Amino acid sequence: MAAFCKGRYRCKRQLFQQILTRGLTGKYDYDLVVIGGGSGGLACSKEAAQFGKKVAVLDYVDPTPKGTKWGLGGTCVNVGCIPKKLMHQSALLGAAVKDARKYGWNIPDPITHDWPTMAEAVQNHVRSLNWGHRVQLQDKKVKYFNLKGSLVDEHTIRGVSKAGKETLLTAANIVIATGGRPKYPVNIPGAVEHCITSDDIFWLRESPGKTLVVGASYVGLECAGFLTGIGLDTTIMVRSIALRGFDQQMANLVTDYMESYGTKFAWKCVPKKVEKLSSGALQVTWEDIGSRREEQDTFDTVLWAVGRAPETKMLNLEKVGVALNKESGKVIVAADEATSVPHIYAIGDIGEGRPELTPTAIKAGKLLARRLFSASRELMNYDSVPTTVFTPLEYGCVGLSEEEAEKRHGKDGIEVYHAFYKPLEFTVAERDASQCYIKVVCLREGDQRILGLHFTGPNAGEVTQGFALGFRCGATYLHLLDTVGIHPTCAEEVTKLHINKRSGLDATVTGC
Amino acid sequence: MATVEGLLSQSKVVIFTMATCSRSTQGVPYLAVDLDQRGDGQEIQRGLQRLAQQRDVPFVFVDGRLIGGLEKIQQAHRDRTLDKLLSMGQETYDYDLVVIGGEPGGLAVAKEAAAYGKRVLVLDPVAPAPAGTTWGLGGSRGHVTCASRKLMQQAALLGQAVRDSGKFGWEREERVSHNWSDMTETLKRRLGSLRESRDLRDDRVSYLNTSGELVGPHTVKVTDTKGKETCHSAAAFVIATGGRPRYPGIPGDREYCVTGEDLLQLPRCPGRTLVVGGSGAGLECAGFLCDLGLEVTVMVRSVLLPGLDRKMAQKIENHMFVHGVSFLHRFAPTKVEQVQEGGSARLRVTAVSADGTETYEGEFDTVLLAIGRDACTHNIGLDCVGVRYNLKSGKIPVDEEDRTNVRHVFALGEAQEGRWGLRPAAVQAGRLLARRLYAGHSTKCDYTNVPVTVFTPMEYAACGLSEESANHKYGEDNIEVYHSYYWPLEWTLPARDKNSCYAKVICHIPDSERVVGVHVMGPNAGEVIQGFAVAVRCGLTKDQLDATIGIHPVCAEVLTTLTVTQRSSDALAVRGNC
Repeated sequence: MAAFCKGRYRCKRQLFQQILTRGLTGKYDYDLVVIGGGSGGLACSKEAAQFGKKVAVLDYVDPTPKGTKWGLGGTCVNVGCIPKKLMHQSALLGAAVKDARKYGWNIPDPITHDWPTMAEAVQNHVRSLNWGHRVQLQDKKVKYFNLKGSLVDEHTIRGVSKAGKETLLTAANIVIATGGRPKYPVNIPGAVEHCITSDDIFWLRESPGKTLVVGASYVGLECAGFLTGIGLDTTIMVRSIALRGFDQQMANLVTDYMESYGTKFAWKCVPKKVEKLSSGALQVTWEDIGSRREEQDTFDTVLWAVGRAPETKMLNLEKVGVALNKESGKVIVAADEATSVPHIYAIGDIGEGRPELTPTAIKAGKLLARRLFSASRELMNYDSVPTTVFTPLEYGCVGLSEEEAEKRHGKDGIEVYHAFYKPLEFTVAERDASQCYIKVVCLREGDQRILGLHFTGPNAGEVTQGFALGFRCGATYLHLLDTVGIHPTCAEEVTKLHINKRSGLDATVTGC
Repeated sequence: MATVEGLLSQSKVVIFTMATCSRSTQGVPYLAVDLDQRGDGQEIQRGLQRLAQQRDVPFVFVDGRLIGGLEKIQQAHRDRTLDKLLSMGQETYDYDLVVIGGEPGGLAVAKEAAAYGKRVLVLDPVAPAPAGTTWGLGGSRGHVTCASRKLMQQAALLGQAVRDSGKFGWEREERVSHNWSDMTETLKRRLGSLRESRDLRDDRVSYLNTSGELVGPHTVKVTDTKGKETCHSAAAFVIATGGRPRYPGIPGDREYCVTGEDLLQLPRCPGRTLVVGGSGAGLECAGFLCDLGLEVTVMVRSVLLPGLDRKMAQKIENHMFVHGVSFLHRFAPTKVEQVQEGGSARLRVTAVSADGTETYEGEFDTVLLAIGRDACTHNIGLDCVGVRYNLKSGKIPVDEEDRTNVRHVFALGEAQEGRWGLRPAAVQAGRLLARRLYAGHSTKCDYTNVPVTVFTPMEYAACGLSEESANHKYGEDNIEVYHSYYWPLEWTLPARDKNSCYAKVICHIPDSERVVGVHVMGPNAGEVIQGFAVAVRCGLTKDQLDATIGIHPVCAEVLTTLTVTQRSSDALAVRGNC
């Protein structure tokens, strides 16, 4: 309160009255106010409304430095999973068209890719989803405000509109679900002025042309992958390793495939500066860490994929007493998503240590609403969340990486079964399958419980989902072997794994 | 005599005796045939008297060999040779196991048995199909069939991908056509290079590229290509001869019609096609040809996809119908003739409706038969050892341990009656069989939870029970069906088939909603269902299904977010109609 009084006086009276009435009646404007209309926030608000609660959602998109902005639905819908998967599909279709000729389809040359056509189709789909979310909120009687929310006290939220108009809302419970945004590097001249991030790429009206992607996070690899797939000259600049946190053997297969697919890699390089030439091209200067030599090249587009930062700064969290992790800036949350302040919760990417994935945010949001407004006590289980990286060769995994399993159980405590395989449809299309690989990390003792499952190949997401479920049911290596395969699919290969790494036997494809 | 041989093969020790006689057996299992209790007793007795040169009962056989009468046994008992006589068997046979037929299940059991140090022989003949299609050596034929199903689907899907690609920004000239011979050339070349993966072959197993015929309870006669005959004896037999497409036995079927196996061998585009039969193979071919732009009609006598979930079959039919396949229900062909029409030959098909009241006549360029498959068990001497089998389909009834009615004869894969005969299931069953026979294991193959996939353009995959069998097994009130339509993200831009992908999970309510069936219809359904099959094996419940986090955005995700029950949506539909 004291903090507030130092602030804007014009609200003081209004707020004071509200606090007063609240104190007297114990009533708030809303049972729940959610700040952030992304996957987690929307799921939480809709679920709460199902229980007949009065719910409001505040969503506001700060335009990127390039001026890109979008509608309701958060990262996943607007600048994440959805447009990414669609553009990935566009790249896959490019390959499919080439394959189709091998299967007897006569397709006259030339085949070219037109960015505006794709981008418009993708953007229209995203807009239809924005609209769909609006309609859903309306149907469920959730009040939607296009306002930028911040906390005033533990029960009060201030919303600021685009025009600067303020609204105050009070709520019995507050859920913070503002997610994160891509980071820009610091100390690299020209980075913010001339370059874009994944927040912009899907909303470009014109083709990005020759592109440099800086960073080999999954975002970077996915973007570079589909750009290469639609025929653009694409380079990835990597400081140390690709897909940090993922199994490194799998990460190498993913990048190896991309290299053979046409993506260029500048390994062990760090960018120094980006300058705009009079031609409009961007001249990037970087240093090769090994040789300490400076190199230069020009690109049409430079995309930073150097990680994401939580959207906590503008929320006024610390003033209200919500504890943050100093380093990451993320909100410290308990198992029930509670923050250090009662009645304030945080879900999704903004929570410290939470996986930055849509389905976890959705599920966490729903479970939180159930705990708050119905008798449920079920907690979100963040263990063994499956995930898929939609690189040209998809990579799906659930559970521990081989490195992590080794760290926890010792090299002698685990058994790793693996195999290279060749998808049947690759044979006719004469596609290279040397990176199609399956690895299952098991405990060595007993029935060999599965600790981690890793799969690179077509439709990795579809394949991994079911195994994630088996994982949850405590599947063992024996269960895998006991399961009858589906012939001929790629997933079948998982049930046929019989070579372990310790044996040193060749795991490459035999037969076809 | 066949009766006697049948009886002999049912037990190690067989005693032909009278019900009035007393017997003691020292703990050895035996089969007693009471000749005075059987209608054919006298006849058997006369035969045995001639064979044994003795008048009185009992006639004692060990392992199908006549030992003699009471005196011989008493003599043997005094000499202490009786025990040796009874333990006889293993070492007196040439092989521990002979596998007749080179289907994957047979190869798997052979390999596994060899790993336990058993002497194993595999007889793997290849007889060409009537239309002349032969596929390399042995069991690879089944492999090639599977592969060609998938590749045909892929060809169709790529056509769809080409059509979709425009929406995703790919620009090309509008005219796209399909060239049949270009496709078959490539596919044949690829399929030709496919071999049964080596891992099912084993150095320790003997293979003979010839046919085998059972001539005695433990004897198989092998005829090589030069017509030379040799006999081998074995303690046990596995029938893994596989199957062939069935012909309806109507005029013109073998002369003019083709089967799914021959389809890719056709030198020219099949043109206007009639698919006879609603089996998975039939629908796969129909969907494939339709997606290549051909006019396709499917003629079905009873139901589509017999044995699979009825509602799912209906959805597949709807989808195919929307995409241009015509269906002719409750008709069966009676005649196929060739007619000349302006220099080009066409096939005229006459069909009669199931109730016999209507006739249908139509002309087609190609008639494809897909009315099911028969097991190739007709000339392997099953009668000789008394193995019961379906005379029409050649399929052999087996128990849950894959055993036929004859104790030491087993059947695997397509030779089994009432099971899918899917390749991977047969391999699994083969391995488990060898472990039961030679390693003291007791695990049986779980045929209920074998995942099945139909590679129609709209792929369908299932694991576990169909809704009908779940209702039948547990009662409708004890079953909850969760279901949902879904729209794959990739299909949104081309705005394709909005309400056609569908997922359904069948749960057994009293058993904490254990999942007893999973059904998915949509792209890559096979890839999706495989992992779920593992989970079903692990005793998956609906709670666990709900607790699993989805992968976004993929199709399989839909299975983790099912909340609507069929009961409630049916109720809603009813209310809506009011």
